[in-house]
Amino acid sequence: MIHTIDITKEHCPMTFVKTKIKLAQIAQGDILEVTLKAGEPLENVPRSAVEQGFTVLETKQIHDDVYQVTIQK
Amino acid sequence: MATKKLSIICFSGDFDKLVAAFTLASGSAACNYQVNIFFTFWGLNAIKRKEGRTIVGKGFLARFFNFLQGGLRNVPMSRLNFLGASPKLMTGMMRKRNVATLKELIEASEALGVNFYACEMSMHILGIELKDFRPTVKEVLGVSRFLEYSDGGEKLFI
Repeated sequence: MIHTIDITKEHCPMTFVKTKIKLAQIAQGDILEVTLKAGEPLENVPRSAVEQGFTVLETKQIHDDVYQVTIQK
Repeated sequence: MATKKLSIICFSGDFDKLVAAFTLASGSAACNYQVNIFFTFWGLNAIKRKEGRTIVGKGFLARFFNFLQGGLRNVPMSRLNFLGASPKLMTGMMRKRNVATLKELIEASEALGVNFYACEMSMHILGIELKDFRPTVKEVLGVSRFLEYSDGGEKLFI
């Protein structure tokens, strides 16, 4: 199942806090698509996901400074 | 891999220092750290169940002090407090700029399983009990138990 979260308006630490809470709520094997901004969120959200044992499947630019990171739990 | 651990001694009850403590706590918990916060003295005001000014505690002086200090809604800024107006203005600015407010940071810390502990000695002075705190406060501790829980991790005094 695919879930989505938009953290483009969030700032540290709520960028990865909200991602972590969402990842805790979804089932093992599910996908989470995170929409985020370049800079701190793009650097830290995928890194902290990998550190916690999740798999980052894809990072793609949606437009200008907005990206989508696909994480599998 | 061993669990990474951060233990914060939250002594200050100042708005800005509490924002720093809970930003570190929630951010570290989101990065898979085990996070402990040991609230002592003024820091206890941040975790009182009643967030406004209420009369709690045993004895006249304890009740008086607890009323004057209030709870989370009454915590002052460490500088430029302007009779308590600054924390409210700052919270408004944080909301306007999509930065998590102090209350949101506390709730995020709770949602991520940060361990809240209260200092037995400070509680004794102020005549307050575990039931006077948020339900997420797990335990009342002394120094030796805090050392045990924080052993092997990083410690910060705020």
